[in-house]
Amino acid sequence: MSLSESLPRVRSLRLPRADGMVQWIVPLVILVIWQAACATGLVPTRVLPAPSDVALAGWKLLLSGELVRNIWVSFWRASVGFVIGGGIGFAFGLANGLSQFSNKLTDTSLQMVRNIPHLALIPLVILWFGIDESAKLFLVALGVFFPIYLNTLHGIRTVDPQLIEMGRIYGMTDGELFRRVIFPGALPSIFVGIRFALGIMWLTLIVAETIAASSGLGYMAMQAREFMQIDVVVLSILIYALLGKLADSASRVLERLTLSWHPAFQKH
Amino acid sequence: MQEALRFLAPDAEPVERADFIEQARLVQRDQEDSARGLPLTIRALRKSFGDHEVLRGIDLHIPAGQFVAVVGRSGCGKSTLLRLIAGLETSDAGTISFGEGARPEDVRVMFQEPRLLPWARVLSNVEVGLGRQRASADAQARAEKALGEVGLDDRRAQWPAVLSGGQKQRVALARALVSRPRVLAFDEPLGALDALTRISMQRLLERVWHDQAFTAILVTHDVSEAVALADRVLVIEDGRIAHDVNVDIPRPRRRGSAALAALEGSILRDLLKSGDDPSDQ
Ligand SMILES: Nc1ncnc2c1ncn2[C@@H]1O[C@H](COP(=O)(O)OP(=O)(O)OP(=O)(O)O)[C@@H](O)[C@H]1O
Ligand SMILES: [Mg+2]
Repeated sequence: MSLSESLPRVRSLRLPRADGMVQWIVPLVILVIWQAACATGLVPTRVLPAPSDVALAGWKLLLSGELVRNIWVSFWRASVGFVIGGGIGFAFGLANGLSQFSNKLTDTSLQMVRNIPHLALIPLVILWFGIDESAKLFLVALGVFFPIYLNTLHGIRTVDPQLIEMGRIYGMTDGELFRRVIFPGALPSIFVGIRFALGIMWLTLIVAETIAASSGLGYMAMQAREFMQIDVVVLSILIYALLGKLADSASRVLERLTLSWHPAFQKH
Repeated sequence: MQEALRFLAPDAEPVERADFIEQARLVQRDQEDSARGLPLTIRALRKSFGDHEVLRGIDLHIPAGQFVAVVGRSGCGKSTLLRLIAGLETSDAGTISFGEGARPEDVRVMFQEPRLLPWARVLSNVEVGLGRQRASADAQARAEKALGEVGLDDRRAQWPAVLSGGQKQRVALARALVSRPRVLAFDEPLGALDALTRISMQRLLERVWHDQAFTAILVTHDVSEAVALADRVLVIEDGRIAHDVNVDIPRPRRRGSAALAALEGSILRDLLKSGDDPSDQ
């Protein structure tokens, strides 16, 4: 009796509309406490500027056009690096998932490279490319390559062999089999790879821009540190967080659209 | 020629005059049969996996349009035989032939799992069954018709994930039927269903077999299902056909009738007699 009564309540808690509100409560509360702590002098503004100061710094940079330019540069680096590294990773994942020969040829080598933390290559990359654009693109591409490669490969390997057999019985050509059975079957795993890769993409970019860059958000933060503009430093960090969240949401929307058949994404 | 008898109401008694009309229909349907179903002839078929010889010489002739059930202990090679017939395995020796003019889409299989594409709507899943004719203009109409035959036309826009086990299996049946196969092989298609769904699915199988007159080969664990549906029950033992039992009980058969029960009992005794060794671990 009590169980059946509690069930509808559990479901109403999980309504997407309620979810949308609920997830902003904690950040909002933190913001309010933060502002209050700064206003009362509990936290010295040399350690942490008030949210209002950060917003003001953001507004000034926005007016000067510096903010938009730096965000754009970082965004551009992130997406180009992601497309290059993700594209190559996806291609290798497909090739090695579909062809035994290709897998034998390249998988072991790739697995060996995977064990090197890609950020450890920064000194080498600076020697190769200087602090040029290509250095950042290279690092981002290298970072996103592995999660996408591994998850694409795994997705293709784990497509239900019974479905593949079914496709063959019903006379699907190799192309059709890929398009109608293998690729849709691997898609959930590919999305896991994309979400991982997005995280690594921002991480790599932050590190690369802080160490070797003359523009971008990371560079803006480092410059501000030199001039003791702590509000700009905090602003850069917040923008990174926001961009990361944005990329994650975009991939979720894409996932929802393409995986609408999946029981986990079906709304009733 | 029991298989050619028309369906009557379950409790209708055939009278002499009706019998006469029945004879006429029988002849007519015989001609259809030869046009629809394909005969199947298997000679000295052998198959081993490693050094484990599963099939040790199967000889079998199935006339066009016959409904054959295959029973046997677990692991005796029923699925292997079916996969050989469907061309999913290659034999080590022997031949399988379907008579003149058999095309790949004339032979279809249905498995215990529905094997539906989870990312395709019900109707697209049925269209998969059209094979190479998928691109033809009437593909959708044919798929809709096949869905209608299994009573699921109102589910065509749904994802497989929301269907019940029995409904999924009906979609799989529609997919197998849509290309109008002339041989349909079933590997325990009802094995995972509950008792009531099973019985209604058995009726459905019998009905589509009757309407479309394909040759049916049904592998099943359930001897009562075998005698209820089939014209002939084959018992496989030690890689050979040990018993070949004709089921001379007129259709429609009444579930739980004494004649069916007697036949079921004798086949079960054959099965049990053979295997006192626990070969089914
Ligand atoms: N691909 C395979 N590789 C190796 N051995 C196999 C393979 N397929 C089947 N076998 C073996 O062949 C034997 C017969 O298998 P099969 O699946 O035909 O049995 P079955 O009669 O269908 O059993 P069940 O009633 O449990 O489904 C089993 O011992 C099984 O282990
Ligand atoms: Mg089996």
